[in-house]
Amino acid sequence: MARKNKKAVETTTQDGGENAIFNKETEGLSQGQIVLRRFVRHRGAMTSLFVIIGLILFVFSALDQKIGPIKVPGWWHYNTEDLPELRSDGCKEGLVGCPTFSLRPKFLGGAGFGLGEHPFGQDDIGRDYFALVMRGAQRSIMVMFVIGIIGGTLGTIIGAISGFYRGWIDAVLMRFTDFIITIPAIIIGSVVGYHFGNLGVGFLAFYLGLFAWTGLSRLVRGEFLTLREREFVDAARVAGASNRRIIFKHILPNAVGVIIVSVTLLMSGAILLETALSYLGFGVVAPDVSLGLLISQYQDSFTTRPWLFWYPGLFIITIALSINFIGDGLRDAFDPRQRRRITKKERESAKVVTKAGA
Amino acid sequence: MLAYIFRRLGILSVILFGSSFILYNLAAISGDPLEALRTSSEPNAKQQILALTRSLQLDVPPPLRYFLWLKGILAGFTGHIDFGKTRDAQLVSSAIATAIPTTIRLVFLATITAIVLGITIGIVTALRQYSRFDYAMTFVSFLMFSLPIFWVAVLLKEFLAIQFNNFLANPQIPIKWTIGLSIATGIIWAAVISGDRKRVWQIFGVVAVANAALLTLLSVTSWFIKPGLGPIVVFGMSIGIAYGVTQLSTGLQNKAALRSAQTMAVIALVLYYPNQWLFDHHAGWLLILVQLVATIGIAFAVGLKFAKIDRAPTIRTAAITGFLIGIITLLDKFMQTWNPYMSTDAVNFRPIPTTGQVNSLLEPGNFWFTTLDILVHMILPTIALTLISFAGYIRYSRGTLLEVLNQDYIRTARAKGLNERTVIMRHAFRNTMIPLTTIMVVDFAGLIGGAIITERVFGWIGMGTLFNKAINSFDLNLLMAVFFITASLSVLANLVADLLYSALDPRIRAGKG
Repeated sequence: MARKNKKAVETTTQDGGENAIFNKETEGLSQGQIVLRRFVRHRGAMTSLFVIIGLILFVFSALDQKIGPIKVPGWWHYNTEDLPELRSDGCKEGLVGCPTFSLRPKFLGGAGFGLGEHPFGQDDIGRDYFALVMRGAQRSIMVMFVIGIIGGTLGTIIGAISGFYRGWIDAVLMRFTDFIITIPAIIIGSVVGYHFGNLGVGFLAFYLGLFAWTGLSRLVRGEFLTLREREFVDAARVAGASNRRIIFKHILPNAVGVIIVSVTLLMSGAILLETALSYLGFGVVAPDVSLGLLISQYQDSFTTRPWLFWYPGLFIITIALSINFIGDGLRDAFDPRQRRRITKKERESAKVVTKAGA
Repeated sequence: MLAYIFRRLGILSVILFGSSFILYNLAAISGDPLEALRTSSEPNAKQQILALTRSLQLDVPPPLRYFLWLKGILAGFTGHIDFGKTRDAQLVSSAIATAIPTTIRLVFLATITAIVLGITIGIVTALRQYSRFDYAMTFVSFLMFSLPIFWVAVLLKEFLAIQFNNFLANPQIPIKWTIGLSIATGIIWAAVISGDRKRVWQIFGVVAVANAALLTLLSVTSWFIKPGLGPIVVFGMSIGIAYGVTQLSTGLQNKAALRSAQTMAVIALVLYYPNQWLFDHHAGWLLILVQLVATIGIAFAVGLKFAKIDRAPTIRTAAITGFLIGIITLLDKFMQTWNPYMSTDAVNFRPIPTTGQVNSLLEPGNFWFTTLDILVHMILPTIALTLISFAGYIRYSRGTLLEVLNQDYIRTARAKGLNERTVIMRHAFRNTMIPLTTIMVVDFAGLIGGAIITERVFGWIGMGTLFNKAINSFDLNLLMAVFFITASLSVLANLVADLLYSALDPRIRAGKG
């Protein structure tokens, strides 16, 4: 009898060779540590995280910033308001304000490695395009975070309340969500724009955030509906926990994966929404600068002065792509069913371990 | 069930009523439609203001005016829906009626392409999880997610339209391009098929050489100026389609299905020249419709002829094969039209347009010219829309299929000894399609709202353009009409999606819980 049992155990460990590898890895770690480990292992997400942090530091320190009365000087020698002379030396014939950024060394016939005076070129009236792109990227990143924070908070609160309390509260909140979904944010933007004039990019981000929470709230509601039926919630309730404690201590930590992942996706969508609205003329308007606005202003000059078109686009793509990859890494990290690929080496070493154990 | 549907419809109408009321009032206070006229120095400005006030009922305050508007909408139940008038004293309904077909033309093909391409790639990546192809496609789909459409559109205009038109002036593919394209296709196919190292190199070699030979042939014969397939190539492709469709639909071991598919290819070859005659002498949508019906009829007959038992799969295979061969035949006809079309004065050897929905200089009358004209105008917007929307389908179908493949019934199917094709196509693929179908329904409804940006970049006049125009010129009735149609469609689509889900998946019952 005992022998039979031992055999059965042996086969399960061999069958579950992969499980054994995973179990070994997560032994004695908290949920947060497991998630963090998985995230760190996701190469694309980690690279993107460094890219986005680096980009934010780079972009926000480039130009002069006003924080209240204090003026923090930027490291770039031009500002968006400066009007240097349009230079034409070194450009192809008939062109002005071409980029001075060069990677080709002198002995290959290039201008040598260097940034030059205007690495991204100059716009129509001679403003430094690098400074403009930096300002645009600042706006886009700011809009992205504001929409993410406002949309994320509203969506979580509304979804959590309606999923936890159910009944008529749920019905009212969900119909309200349906109602918000049907109203196009552009209309609200134009109403506000008409009555109060251009209130700036911060306000734009704020009201877009007020309309961006609908998808998230539905997801959170679904998550709360399933979680509140679980045994640990019953146990907490029997132990006399208040609703507030159940929501914040028991359900919310379990739903945080879904929330974080969809907020990241919300943010990557937000950056495209801002550029699209600015492109149509309903978002950031001149004289303020945004990446979408820059592309919209210079799309016709693509054939003659392509740099006016390339650089803002590249910045949009870099930001959105990084955020998407971080979201993907977070999703993998939070999903307990997600399995990473097991390398041959790990499989071999696991076999050795089980054999030695037997 | 019926009670559930009615209850949902009731809630939907309340939501629509509420949001249209709020939107109407918001839009009404968002601007003054008479502003431009008030400051205008035209002598008849006053009369214009009076006329506009009368026709748009501007003397009624907005909350009350909303009910006048609602009366017109509710008249839709008696068959006379009244959306009111635009600022130019035109009927809103006629503006909408011209915009909707344009929008559908713009988004329909793009969505179909995105769905087919996205699901195919999604399934391949799921079956080859963690392969190089999977990683590459993950990257590509994230890249597509991150692209602003207006940016893509400008690139497409430059590289696909302008440069391609330049290339047509002297259609010789440079040797650099031939080598580059061949290597790229080789890598893609090797990654898709994959296998051990030797096999990968073999596939790469065969595909690259074949591709290089094909490109050289096309280049030498100036195919891009005078394209066409001819009966032989059409037949070859038909045989390929016959084998491919049979493999996916029933498996090659089903001889009846394979024979009927092959017979369809032979019939297409026999009918090649009669079809050409029909194309030339009775051109029109009616002909294409008749041919479609005839194809399905023939497929039915062929299927019945070959199948003794289990007729439905055989007939299905024959019908799908026939349909695809029909598309190839039509494509061949359009390729033959390409050169004469290009030589017309209106086109003047620059066939790929960058803006507009039709070439207004083209003389009407020739069915093939006008249809080809519509098609070439659709190329760029369709590619742009497909590029940015198919990434979602890749991710979604990949995720769903991976989840399905982990289910117990897949293990059961494998344990029964079914072959991999049956497991994937019958057990896994069909279950993957359930959630995808509901997403497609919602997507299609959302698209009627128009792709505002795409329409603007490519100069199309569809629903998105109307919406844009309505906001910019404070045209309340136009705005409300566009809003009403898109909002009703989207809430209805959500209802249909829920019902469809419960119809497709018996585990889920709409209306309960």
